[in-house]
Amino acid sequence: MSKIHVTTVINGEPVEYLCEPQQTLLDVLRDELGLTGSKEGCGSGDCGACSVIVDGRLVCSCLMLGAEAAGRTVTTIEGVANGDTLHPVQQKFLEHAALQCGFCTPGLIVAAKALLDENLNPTEEETRYWLAGNLCRCTGYDKVIRAVLDAAAVMRGEAA
Amino acid sequence: MSYLDKAGLKIVGTRPIRPDGVDKVTGRANFGADMVMPGMLWGRIKRSPHAHARILGINVEKALALPGVKAVITRADFPDISRERAQLGASPHNLRDLSRNCMAQGKALYEGHAVAAVAATSPAIAEEALDLIEVDYEVLPHVMDVEAAMADGAPLLHDDIFTAGIEPKPTKPSNIAKVVRFAKGDVEAGFKEADIVIERRYTTQPVHQAYIEPHACVVSVGADGQTTIWSSSQGQFMVRGYTARICGADIANIRAMPAEIGGGFGGKTIIYLEPLAYMLSKKSGKPVKLVMSREEVFRATGPTSGAVVEVKLGAKKDGHITAAQTTLKYQAGAFPGSPVQQGCICALAVYDLPNAETVGYDVLSNRPKVAAYRAPGAPIGSFGVESCMDELAHALKIDPLKLREINGAKDGAKATHGVTWVNIGYQKTLEAARATEHLKAPLGPNQGRGIASGYWHNAGGESSAAVHVNEDGTVTVTEGHPDIGGSRASMAMMVAEVFGIPFENVRPVVGDTTSIGFSASTGGSRVTFAGGMAVTQAAEKVIEVLKARAAVMWDISADAVEWKDGKAYPAGPNAGSFEPLDLAAIANRAARTGGPISAEVQINAQGQGPGFTTHICDVEVDRETGHVKILRYTAIQDVGRAIHPSYVEGQMQGGVTQGVGWALSEEYIYDKDGRLENPGFLDYRVPVASDMPMIDTVLVEVPNPRHPFGARGVGEVPIVPPMAAVANAIFAATGMRLRDLPMSPPKLRAALDAVEPRREAAE
Amino acid sequence: MPRVSYTAPATVDEAVKALAGAAGLARVLSGGTDLLVQMKSGRVKPEVIVDTKHIPGLIGIREEGDCFVIGAATPGAMISADERLERAFPGIVEGVDLIGSTQIQGRASIAGNLCNASPAADSVPPVIAARATAVIVGPNGRREVPVEAIVTGPGRTSLAKGELVVEFRIPKPKPRQSDAYLRFIPRTEMDIAVVGCAVNVTLDGNGVCTDARVVLGAVAPTQLIVAGAAEALIGRKLDDDTLARLDSAAQAACHPITDKRGTIEYRTKVAGVLARRAAAIAFERAGVRPQSDSIPGAI
Repeated sequence: MSKIHVTTVINGEPVEYLCEPQQTLLDVLRDELGLTGSKEGCGSGDCGACSVIVDGRLVCSCLMLGAEAAGRTVTTIEGVANGDTLHPVQQKFLEHAALQCGFCTPGLIVAAKALLDENLNPTEEETRYWLAGNLCRCTGYDKVIRAVLDAAAVMRGEAA
Repeated sequence: MSYLDKAGLKIVGTRPIRPDGVDKVTGRANFGADMVMPGMLWGRIKRSPHAHARILGINVEKALALPGVKAVITRADFPDISRERAQLGASPHNLRDLSRNCMAQGKALYEGHAVAAVAATSPAIAEEALDLIEVDYEVLPHVMDVEAAMADGAPLLHDDIFTAGIEPKPTKPSNIAKVVRFAKGDVEAGFKEADIVIERRYTTQPVHQAYIEPHACVVSVGADGQTTIWSSSQGQFMVRGYTARICGADIANIRAMPAEIGGGFGGKTIIYLEPLAYMLSKKSGKPVKLVMSREEVFRATGPTSGAVVEVKLGAKKDGHITAAQTTLKYQAGAFPGSPVQQGCICALAVYDLPNAETVGYDVLSNRPKVAAYRAPGAPIGSFGVESCMDELAHALKIDPLKLREINGAKDGAKATHGVTWVNIGYQKTLEAARATEHLKAPLGPNQGRGIASGYWHNAGGESSAAVHVNEDGTVTVTEGHPDIGGSRASMAMMVAEVFGIPFENVRPVVGDTTSIGFSASTGGSRVTFAGGMAVTQAAEKVIEVLKARAAVMWDISADAVEWKDGKAYPAGPNAGSFEPLDLAAIANRAARTGGPISAEVQINAQGQGPGFTTHICDVEVDRETGHVKILRYTAIQDVGRAIHPSYVEGQMQGGVTQGVGWALSEEYIYDKDGRLENPGFLDYRVPVASDMPMIDTVLVEVPNPRHPFGARGVGEVPIVPPMAAVANAIFAATGMRLRDLPMSPPKLRAALDAVEPRREAAE
Repeated sequence: MPRVSYTAPATVDEAVKALAGAAGLARVLSGGTDLLVQMKSGRVKPEVIVDTKHIPGLIGIREEGDCFVIGAATPGAMISADERLERAFPGIVEGVDLIGSTQIQGRASIAGNLCNASPAADSVPPVIAARATAVIVGPNGRREVPVEAIVTGPGRTSLAKGELVVEFRIPKPKPRQSDAYLRFIPRTEMDIAVVGCAVNVTLDGNGVCTDARVVLGAVAPTQLIVAGAAEALIGRKLDDDTLARLDSAAQAACHPITDKRGTIEYRTKVAGVLARRAAAIAFERAGVRPQSDSIPGAI
């Protein structure tokens, strides 16, 4: 079975790769491109640890084929910070201790960024429902939600 | 030295950003499956589709012939482990059993039990190769339910297990691996004295730790046996030792490197993959990566036990308990080792009981071998006891909090399992509960409030730590404990506090097995306690070295030097007039004053302080659907001393949420053939962000004087009360007692339907 | 995941050829949120998957005369974000919004949700309740059928080999017509529906129902259009008596199974509960719909 040649844009950079038809985008990111920040927690779209943003939409990369990324723009956790400058969501996760083991953290941060890209003033409830597809077993979500709401305040210019 | 006085602390008790934080929020941190080694092969495991079957033969020829397949292993590749060699050091696990759990021997004992494995040049080829392995099974009758497994005539899992703990020793093998018993006083007399006796039965299903990171490792065995294991685990020394014993290798030839770990909760205090990857690597001559799918995690790794818990409480009208009796029957799965003993001990440990008896049964069944899950055994037993206490309180018309104040453990009291309490904080958690605003908040229709308490003993044990002062005066502290919840930060904080230097000048490292001395696993809530003790002692030793070096630099006697706020000072005017020397100044001249400045410490920590907690939970019930919403939750816990309060709060909030899932939605569902129906996060339902409210925490500090900073273990006790807290709240909201976990909507709806409509809540 | 062949045709005809021409099983890949899960678990073993997302018109929402037309591969997130659809069919948007997580909605399509043929699909009951049709193209040409004609049983559709759904046509609501969809799940999100209920009603100026469709999900091998429930509503206001009759009609129509997500008894009872609650919401929404829906932005 021959491989598929894909041209795409990942974290702002043009990228080319070869992949087998059945390889998911997550497989490609992790095993072909060395972008291991996105994690496989379940492989079936139920945990969100593999979350990436494709053409501005939050998706599970484990449920997308590598072939489907052709011609799209993809943002992974590795593309959230701006060089050395952390995104407010990342900074607030650190300040609020919104991570313990850190495994679900990349997916959560990408998902939170996608939320704030769309809505800079989410309520606690809206935030919880938006992030319902990101499982966390360590934190009980409390500090995660506080971090996201605080990041939103920073991005609105109301806090530091 | 003692740092028990909080007032003098500058760093411990604050909330700095964790040193591994930037890596974890940017995706740079490397977990088990993130490692790549040159020439690496991909491993996959073939697993039994049957709950109980004799393995008559395995034919691997077709699989070996598939191009790209480089190795296939079965049980035949592993050495047998005699009973004498089943114990390694102080490890709590039976390695003979663990070896047969990693790869089935003779019989598949649960659906998902590994029977063979392959390594190939791509995941797709490895998958195809599995289908080419032919296994000839003779399917046997299976048994899943704990009481069915105990009954005479039940299908027997092992013919060489005879119930331990009963006299005379039995001659017939049994699925009951062990019976344990603790007793105090005379329960029969105690029940006779009682004005009221309540007897209830509670049942729970197995639940999984459900860490988001599946098990993963990469193992490379050289032609000379020199081996590198990269894996995420709760203990790299455990990984090394267990792999060595199971594979017949020397421990010194294995270097086990701790990857970052994506959650463990006890489930990664044992191994499943490393020995298989080792053998595949040895046979193929290449590194082998072996990662479990989520389905494999559920089918083949230890949940905790499902159980039957029977509780009998007798009390006087004034609320004093005169007798307590519990019987706990816990599923161990395919091999002995359920946490029934802990269950027996912990459920009653909360109370000062004049007469008590607790009996526990460790029962085999055709399910995956259970693994530790956060305060193993305690949440199950406590679900029974704390629910029954609530029933007692309502029957006596005494406030549930008051009932606990009357009967709760206090300093000087003797627990049922024999320990006499010293420096415990249980009563303080009750006082703090009384003082919360939560307890006074009004409730609306269909809302109810429940409280429950819990206990966990916490562990001490072996830890090693090394502290090095680098040439520029920064400090590296190396310890041997994988960081599951932020412990690296706490280690660095304690060291920085001891030195009197900024937190940012101390870099913590989790060393591999070649870089630091033996350290027992991260678990048992022991790392801040035992690891903290080790790093503190190492730092103190280094300070003695620094003082001695300053003395050399000043040409005075070493006892004329004191250390304060990160600097060496002459001790008093008679010592001489010298400018203070900081770490950088002393370290820069280290070679000329005696050599490298460091100290390594090995301890077997004793004096771990027990942990007590009390929780308050408000629920709202939809009576038509049976849906339960958690409205508000407060966890009050004696933490000794919170080294980094954010991470202590985090442990409490995480434990509460796991307990809520256990209470309401998590369970293993098996079909009639013993096959798991819900091996995924779709139908194994852990709480999601929208299921939980903010979780309030109250940190009570009764310092543990046996730890330099007063710390107690905090990570496990928060999972102990939630099931009963939720059950008691549901009762308060509806008048219904649910005694079977999970308390899912159909059960509550059925309970409500079974009584007259518009019945008032019982009170 | 097992090996498979992948193709991304540029036209509907190419897609039809690829689907019809496969020697073994061929599957359409739109959102992939069911297909990839099933391929990984081994439940489905296609020889070829046909990615329809590059075909013009298969992703997008437009108005055509008295219909909204939704391309078959349109992701749920696009549907939820469309204000016209939110105003016209809040129940359909609710159903789409409940499929999985935010991530799943970023990809999942109504066509996939429908053709996967799970009895518990969340977008299907409100789409049927809105009397939508599906346009199908295949080797024998183009046909249009009511959406309820597609699913024939769990995992089975009436589509012939080589056929694919290309778009949905949903009649714009009349004045005082609106809908609602509710489902019951054990958690607050992320679960497959234990019961789902869509109610679509049209009211007259006095709040009396003149037309209704009630569709239940997850309580039978396919979605159920409950005629008895519609009868309970038509000609009535939503008073206690109507609600009671609606509840009974919904329960009577159920023939669910007992599985790991719910028992027969429980599903039946909750079907009645959801029918009442969804009807209340639909009535309230229909009551505020303005006289003329042709005024954009009017509410």
